[in-house]
Amino acid sequence: MKKQGREHGSEVQSNRAARGRRLHSALGPRTSPSSRHLLPVFPWFGLDIGGTLVKLVYFEPKDITAEEEEEEVENLKSIRKYLTSNVAYGSTGIRDVHLELKDLTLCGRKGNLHFIRFPTHDMPAFIQMGSQKHFSSLHTTLCATGGGAYKFEQDFRTMGDLQLCKLDELDCLIKGVLYIDSVGFNGHSECYYFENPTDSEKCEKLPFNLENPYPLLLVNIGSGVSILAVYSKDNYKRVTGTSLGGGTFFGLCCLLTGCSTFEEALEMASRGDSTKVDKLVRDIYGGDYERFGLPGWAVASSFGNMVSKEKRESVSKEDLARATLITITNNIGSIARMCALNENINRVVFVGNFLRINTISMRLLAYALDYWSKGQLKALFLEHEGYFGAVGALLELLDTA
Amino acid sequence: MAARGGRGGGGSSGHCSQDKSITLPPDEIFRNLENAKCFAIDIGGSLTKLAYYSTVQHKVARVRSFDHSGKDIEHESPYEVTVQEEITARLHFIKFENTYIETCLDFIKDHLVNTETKVIKATGGGAYKFKDLIEKKLGLKVDKEDVMTCLIKGCNFVLTNIPHEVFAYQKDSDTEFRFQTNHPNIFPYLLVNIGSGVSIVKVEMEDKFEWIGGSSIGGGTFWGLGALLTKTKKFDELLQLASKGQHTNVDMLVKDVYGGAYQTLGLSGNLIASSFGKSATADKDFSKEDMAKSLLHMISNDIGQLACLYAKLHNLDKIYFGGFFIRGHPVTMRTITYSINFFSKGEVQALFLRHEGYLGAIGAFLKGAEQDNPNQYSWGENYAGSSGLMSTSPDLCPMQRTRSGTFDMFEMDRLERPLVNLPLLQDPSTYIPDTVDLTDDAMARKYWLTCFEEALDGVAKRAAASQPDSIDAVERAEKFQQKYWNKLQTLRQQPFAYGTLTVRSLLDTREHCLNEFNFPDPYSKIKQKENGIALKCFQGVIESLDSLDWKERQLALVKGLLAGNVFDWGAKAVSDVLESETQFGFEEAKSKLQERPWLEDSYNEWLDRLKEGPPHKCALIFADNSGIDIILGVFPFVRELLSSGTEVILACNSGPALNDVTYSESLIVTEKIAAMDSVIQSALKEERLLLVQTGSSSPCLDLSRLDKGLAVLVRERKTDLVIIEGMGRAIHTNYYAALKCESLKLAVIKNSWLAERLGGKIFSVIFKYEVPRE
Repeated sequence: MKKQGREHGSEVQSNRAARGRRLHSALGPRTSPSSRHLLPVFPWFGLDIGGTLVKLVYFEPKDITAEEEEEEVENLKSIRKYLTSNVAYGSTGIRDVHLELKDLTLCGRKGNLHFIRFPTHDMPAFIQMGSQKHFSSLHTTLCATGGGAYKFEQDFRTMGDLQLCKLDELDCLIKGVLYIDSVGFNGHSECYYFENPTDSEKCEKLPFNLENPYPLLLVNIGSGVSILAVYSKDNYKRVTGTSLGGGTFFGLCCLLTGCSTFEEALEMASRGDSTKVDKLVRDIYGGDYERFGLPGWAVASSFGNMVSKEKRESVSKEDLARATLITITNNIGSIARMCALNENINRVVFVGNFLRINTISMRLLAYALDYWSKGQLKALFLEHEGYFGAVGALLELLDTA
Repeated sequence: MAARGGRGGGGSSGHCSQDKSITLPPDEIFRNLENAKCFAIDIGGSLTKLAYYSTVQHKVARVRSFDHSGKDIEHESPYEVTVQEEITARLHFIKFENTYIETCLDFIKDHLVNTETKVIKATGGGAYKFKDLIEKKLGLKVDKEDVMTCLIKGCNFVLTNIPHEVFAYQKDSDTEFRFQTNHPNIFPYLLVNIGSGVSIVKVEMEDKFEWIGGSSIGGGTFWGLGALLTKTKKFDELLQLASKGQHTNVDMLVKDVYGGAYQTLGLSGNLIASSFGKSATADKDFSKEDMAKSLLHMISNDIGQLACLYAKLHNLDKIYFGGFFIRGHPVTMRTITYSINFFSKGEVQALFLRHEGYLGAIGAFLKGAEQDNPNQYSWGENYAGSSGLMSTSPDLCPMQRTRSGTFDMFEMDRLERPLVNLPLLQDPSTYIPDTVDLTDDAMARKYWLTCFEEALDGVAKRAAASQPDSIDAVERAEKFQQKYWNKLQTLRQQPFAYGTLTVRSLLDTREHCLNEFNFPDPYSKIKQKENGIALKCFQGVIESLDSLDWKERQLALVKGLLAGNVFDWGAKAVSDVLESETQFGFEEAKSKLQERPWLEDSYNEWLDRLKEGPPHKCALIFADNSGIDIILGVFPFVRELLSSGTEVILACNSGPALNDVTYSESLIVTEKIAAMDSVIQSALKEERLLLVQTGSSSPCLDLSRLDKGLAVLVRERKTDLVIIEGMGRAIHTNYYAALKCESLKLAVIKNSWLAERLGGKIFSVIFKYEVPRE
């Protein structure tokens, strides 16, 4: 369980133009229309199973009455205790404590929202654990989104005796983004941007008020990248996607440097110098290429210096990691910028676990968008990066109640 | 394919060694250096492209009336034929590997005799590196030109001047190369140049273009990252690896994320969700081939996606791809085409250029030759002197790259006069001259290639015989035969080498090869003799026509026209007859014709039109053969038109092709006829009969490339009838050509295979009278 990366992404280049098949109405028998006030039974989970990472959000009720406590079955109690008293689960599961949302009111219940992630390849172990803890006896509905909701549906049924409620990942993503932004981050702003992105001295992270969010371009960078144009709460379209995403960065880093975790890859990148690997405009033209208004520092050819044997032998693994990061990030920025221009949208929100602990990429995206659009486009970021799909899945669970 | 190997190192270079100090084959490359001027050089990462302008001295046959000193009786023939030297301008382009730069510069220095040239225009990334070497070796000052400006200038030039320059690449199709008709308006377009990085340029007008974007993920990324991942150093080898790999072993696909259930989402499970995504989650070794393939897909898809986004933003639907990443590599053309189709949902087509590798050199050359105004002229690709597409492709000729000295050549002739569209074409942008695309039609291709092979011996003999006084005629004829034979073999393997393969291109290539070896007009003597014989019969034919009543005469005129058309040395069936039966004449020809109803027969409609409608304002006639055809077939017909009040523009070829009547021959013939016939004489005097040249030297007819003077006249005289005569002009080409006015296409099919294809027998008649729909 060594390699662990960002969040999943959706598929990439597919144009799922016909997103007609909305999947959210498939809830099980527990939601009888006559019982309007009947909430789904605890525990409340939202699950997003991506290509690389599984994101799990768990709502921990803090307003449990003595009566409820009494009635609470042992299984449920043990799950609650297990999740809230640990920050790591097994060797690969991690609770992002810093992201926890405190004193949240959800469907009239008060509690804390916990954010947990683990690698997708540990999915069988997760289902196994659910089975051992007799999760199915709780008669809860497990709402899941992401490609893995399909891939593992059969396993959930046969191994865990659990019926998944499969949800559309883009619906969930947007729902999650809008919700988390609206409740804020424990009194702080969920959304932020970089002021003076083109000036490394003056560049600073500042809160952004996303009260009137529409229209916005939502760029979700997981293993791959999906780009959505969102016009209102339920009017959006998938514009495009690219297969050059977080999975590409990490995958290439593994091959080029032998690293084994996303964190390690990022750490190496932070110490490297990509200009040794890339060919810059100034390497070709000696300075700016004025004919086309290209600055000398711009990358003319990613990995372009690596065609030379001597240079291949003189670069470090850190340089290669950095170049990979810059290449992928610039490319995403470039595609996002073109989509924003084509859709006539000037706010671009970047989410997804590729951005987790990845300030280099965030600042580069902010810079690139600002520079190449001559200040017309603004890059925005959200604190809960990769968890919006899972949040959306949880909200679907509650919505149907 | 031994013949092809001979291409670059061919001729005298059979013994070129593997050594770097190769002996260059002077016959083949760097031709006509003696008078070369306006040098330009484009030095890329691995290939150098050299361009120069030169004059070519070659023989042309001239016809001239004898002096009118009253001694005409002595002459059996109506005029004399002389061979003269003529000087024409030609553009030469040579592409070779950078390792030969020094050898090539030495060669040029030794052979450059009298040039007033002082500077050499240079472009390309390597221009800096070799600046000193060039200046030292050639004694010319190196004048650097901007890469992109040169590229675009070159691109505009080939798009304007070379038919079938543009092609789309189709994977898994019989004809991978789908050539496009030249659009009369080439602007605006998007040029995506994939060098080490990617430049995306929007070209709006000849001198107006804008860099609208780019990407750092380009050919250098494939090469550099590929070298790191696979330890393979060379670009070509990386592509070879990629073509053998399976990207699904390295990439994370949609079905890897969704499991088996992706179908329920209407997704294709084979789409790539994350490039190199598996190398992050799987703990194993990946094969070089698989990684190279994954990298190729990643880069091609990314470029295609960005190109589509830019095309959409700027509302453009033509994207031309170039740069070393694309150049001659089917594998990259395939992945780019796939990507463009995918991201544009088929709305945008990825287009490629046959002479893509030469664009920079052409552009630099044009910059340097501005005082000669090359853009003012029309240019024609010389098939004899050009190597053709993919001549050095490692994919097609894996052995070629390992040979030292692979030289690719491209030559263009400056045409005497500018060429334009016939103003009467219904839709110039969709007009395709050729009736059958031999790149598409494998059966027809095999037949015609064999047909041309079988006729070659006779053509070579005739060429030699046409110059009995020349001591080296036989030797040159043999060289011609070898050269054209090699071309035919190349075309068997690579039918796409010079654009869409057609009967016309096969004929034109033969003419170019004949010219190359100084056989400008092998049929000049035959034409001279036949014109003389026919002129003697003219009055008799007119008398017998005049004795008929109107209705009989119309049919007789048409039959005469058709019978005249039987006299075609280009058709093997006929040339055999003409060789053996010296007495074969007009009456014999008439007896060969198919009886009505003809294979294609709208004669009744034509007759009704003549009977009921007003006379035509002006008829444009494209004549075919010399001798009986023009004199006893066309002229009586012309005479009838003139008599009924229709003006006539008679268009003949500018240069010789087979026994087709040339413009200069037509002038003399008309003069002789006018001396015998008052109708023709007065029409000439009153300019109701006008003789013009087509601008072409082909036995076929491309209505989109005609002499500008002809086009002007057609407009001025309000031409409302076009008559196209002969197999080459009315069947091999223009059979389906749609015109804005009435047209008559007539021919006798003198080839049994073609006749059978059209559902008839040899000597079947095509009489196609068409009226455009209102």
